Amino acid sequence: MKKRTFLAATLAATLATSAFADGHEPTKVGFIYVGPIGDGGWTYEHHQGLLAVEAEFGDKVETMYQENVPEGADAERAMTQMALQGADIIFTTSFGYMDPTINVAQKFPDVKFEHATGYKRADNVSTYSARFYEGRAVQGHIAGKMTKSNKIGYIASFPIPEVIRGINSAYIHAKKANPDVEMSVIWVYTWFDPAKEADAAKALIENGVDVVMQHTDSTAPQAAAAEAGGVVTFGQASDMSEYAPFPRVSSIIDNWAPYYIDRVRAVMDGTWESMDTWDGIAPGMVEIGEITDAVPADVKAEALALRDALSDGSYHAFTGPLNKQDGSPWLAEGETADDGTLAGMDFYVEGITGEIPN
Amino acid sequence: MIRLEQRAAPSRVWAYLTPLVAVLATMVAGGALFAALGTDPVAAIRTIFWDPVFGEFAFYYRGQLLVKAGPLILIAVGLALGFKAGIWNIGAEGQYIIGAICGAAVGLAFYPMEARWLIFPLMVVAGALGGFLWAMIPGVLRTKFNTNEILVSLLLVYVAEQILAWMALGPLRNPEGAGFPGSRNLRQYESAANNELIAGSGMHWGVVAAFVAVIFAYILLSKHLTGFHIRLTGESPRAARFAGVNPTRLVLFCLGVSGALAGLAGLFEVAGPSGQISIDFNVGYGFTAIIVAFLGRLHPVGILLAGLLMALTYIGGEAAQATLGLPAAAIQAFQGMLLFFLLGFDVLTNFRVRFGRRAMV
Amino acid sequence: MDFGSINPVLLIASLMVASTPILLAAIGELVVERSGVLNLGVEGMMIVGAVSGFIVTVETQSPALGFVAGALGATLLSLVFGVLTLVFLSNQVATGLGLTLFGLGISALMGQEYAQLRTPTSPRWEFFGLNELPVIGPILFNQHPVVYLSLLLVVGVWWFLKTTRSGMILRAVGENHDAAHSLGYSVLGTRFAAIAFGGACAGLGGAFLSLVIVPQWTDGMTAGRGWIALAIVVFASWRAWRVLLGAYLFGGISVLQLNLQAAGFAIPVELLSMSPYLITILVLVIISSGRGRTGGQAPASLGRSFHASG
Repeated sequence: MKKRTFLAATLAATLATSAFADGHEPTKVGFIYVGPIGDGGWTYEHHQGLLAVEAEFGDKVETMYQENVPEGADAERAMTQMALQGADIIFTTSFGYMDPTINVAQKFPDVKFEHATGYKRADNVSTYSARFYEGRAVQGHIAGKMTKSNKIGYIASFPIPEVIRGINSAYIHAKKANPDVEMSVIWVYTWFDPAKEADAAKALIENGVDVVMQHTDSTAPQAAAAEAGGVVTFGQASDMSEYAPFPRVSSIIDNWAPYYIDRVRAVMDGTWESMDTWDGIAPGMVEIGEITDAVPADVKAEALALRDALSDGSYHAFTGPLNKQDGSPWLAEGETADDGTLAGMDFYVEGITGEIPN
Repeated sequence: MIRLEQRAAPSRVWAYLTPLVAVLATMVAGGALFAALGTDPVAAIRTIFWDPVFGEFAFYYRGQLLVKAGPLILIAVGLALGFKAGIWNIGAEGQYIIGAICGAAVGLAFYPMEARWLIFPLMVVAGALGGFLWAMIPGVLRTKFNTNEILVSLLLVYVAEQILAWMALGPLRNPEGAGFPGSRNLRQYESAANNELIAGSGMHWGVVAAFVAVIFAYILLSKHLTGFHIRLTGESPRAARFAGVNPTRLVLFCLGVSGALAGLAGLFEVAGPSGQISIDFNVGYGFTAIIVAFLGRLHPVGILLAGLLMALTYIGGEAAQATLGLPAAAIQAFQGMLLFFLLGFDVLTNFRVRFGRRAMV
Repeated sequence: MDFGSINPVLLIASLMVASTPILLAAIGELVVERSGVLNLGVEGMMIVGAVSGFIVTVETQSPALGFVAGALGATLLSLVFGVLTLVFLSNQVATGLGLTLFGLGISALMGQEYAQLRTPTSPRWEFFGLNELPVIGPILFNQHPVVYLSLLLVVGVWWFLKTTRSGMILRAVGENHDAAHSLGYSVLGTRFAAIAFGGACAGLGGAFLSLVIVPQWTDGMTAGRGWIALAIVVFASWRAWRVLLGAYLFGGISVLQLNLQAAGFAIPVELLSMSPYLITILVLVIISSGRGRTGGQAPASLGRSFHASG
């Protein structure tokens, strides 16, 4: 049996790459998903990005995707497989794909890789992520204004920087809007269990919370709030407009489409470069879903003003003076947080009770 | 009228033939499913069954078959010993997780010392020990308190998953990982890495261990007194007791061996293909191995083949997703159908299908 | 005792809702196992029930029809298991696991077009104002109809197994199928009926998730509840009233740990997340220790194939 090596495979990939350059072959775009495209949240929105790429480029692109890819060895295989099939660019859409992406990228230097939410890059590996905390700031403001019991609930998945950032941002802006506000956080310790999210929302509501925020993807908390009545919620990941105008009064939408279209076009033009993208509201990667009329007009106006200030850069969601939970100073008056600290955030800001599990 | 008549002895011909018949039947039924989803059934079947072994990129997939089959076989061999004796370890997934955590913890404790001759063997021992101890919980509860091992081993899977999340977020988190969950990558730590023994072959120590386990289990079951005790207990617990089998020791032995093997599988996975402890490190090998054990008729060699077949459907199924756009769900349903046919047709091994009335025989 | 902001009455009312899917699936599986059949495909049947119920509710706008469809869908799937294990004498453990695999796959295919839709809510019952009563009102007189149905099923199964002739036959088949067969009872008929009943119950449980608790359809939304149901049957040592105890214990701890977090109790979250599993194990250890070898044993023919060779 002839033993072929990765060199041969790489050669095949190179051939495929040069073949499209003369305009006959479509650009092949691969996506690796961590969940099913029917999850209605994280993976669903990435898949919407894939569909947007197809709509934008028509038969100039050929897309492929694989769902439910576990992080680790299976992810490496899925990526290798796509590279062998001649993919020109592969988006790997979960933090846990970081090391596999780097490993496979080493073997296929001519294939471009885009890893979501990680921090390791290479000549052919870019990273991208969204500043969801900007959206949390707007939600926090609305939450602070809307709560009557002064108790806000937050359903969190796992204590990772992304989630902690969101909690802090929401709390800071709720507190600004309403100094009496308290926040209870429930860690459900799962990415995906709609029934548990429903139970968590109910537990919060029964403990006197009347605004529920969530960092989990299902609409279960929305339904629980609708049943309880008088409880405000926000859509997460997707718009969840089926629960508008109330309880869902606004939402954060992950909108990856503009970025994906940009990057695929860069590959087509030959202008693709490794870079780190961390986009927020301004370029539209984070969208604030419609603020419904259940929100008083003045609050809505303030929320929109906050959104615009975040968007044009005149305001940063983490602006001092801010202390850490233990009272030690973090940001001085007027100082804004640097991206490094934000990326690895592992502390609560002052005022949040409870501890971050670790 | 059709009826089944028990054969005096299992048919050797059908024992070899039924898997083939079943796979063929699955191809027909699965092809119909794929056609209904608008995919070319012939291309789909070829992508799943043919391409990974003989296709253009088989040089890569063949190795991956071993990577995927290794842990399945290693775990299933251990489980089969217990299943033969009527001891139900449903929680291999948990033992797999704990083995990985213990092994990885030992490796990480030495970081960045370079002493492969010491560190890697210690990790292997720790992995096996971790799985063994985790399996001893249902073992001791069953022998001391008469607590059902199905429930305990199954629920301990969920406890192990919580410990895994805790480890990935806390004690084992990579201090240079910018606050993100997940441990250091063991593959990048020479002394702890379980890399491929021959580049591109997929052969790592876990695969070697799986083959060794198959051989040992074969010898144990066919030549050794313990193997006889296991079979006897499974067939008739009463007879076994009269024959002097110590049920307590047998329960602890079967659970301990299966736990240790599952722990080993976890260790080799975390130090090799997977590379790190992360929240979602486990992907269900412990549960799939139960299927593999029964598909292989609880026989070590059968398990070897069944493990490879399951691995083939995973890898081929993934390829079909990427190249043909089949949804992951269709592959799952297809795997379910394959199992149904394999298990259903098995009846031909032990029974003869007769047409007509009994009186005419 | 100070509960902080936790209201014990609301807690009990919520735990009854949260436990219902597990209770339904477990009481069905109990009957299956008492007939001597081990069906590990509960998770697969639940998820098919969840998707069937959701689809029919969306299409007909009737949650009642949805529940019927959920039960029917899962029953159909359970009959696949029945045919394979009873007619083709396939191994029950492996076939059940295959059923879960198949069920997860087929449900995702069926539900592709139904993600992100909203169904009409099915209201709770309010017993002529009895729900206004303090304490017992919210717990006893303001629940979803299916919660009452699940309790009725527990009582019904207990009564059926304990007192009826069919129940006696079912138990006989589970304890010794050869003897039952030689007495002229239909082993296959009994087991088919039991498997179908188990399927219907699991389907109801799944539909309760997708129509009442969540209510939404998402792939894999049962998230392992079928496995917990299996564990609860073992926990109950195959007795109906203890299935109720086990399901409410497990569901209760699950809801309580979330409430403790919401109320801000300083208990490590890792410990709280493990607590439902650990406490269930602990309680079982306490119950099963001190009992003789024969106590709480599984039906003698559990998991064994039956072939009438005589």
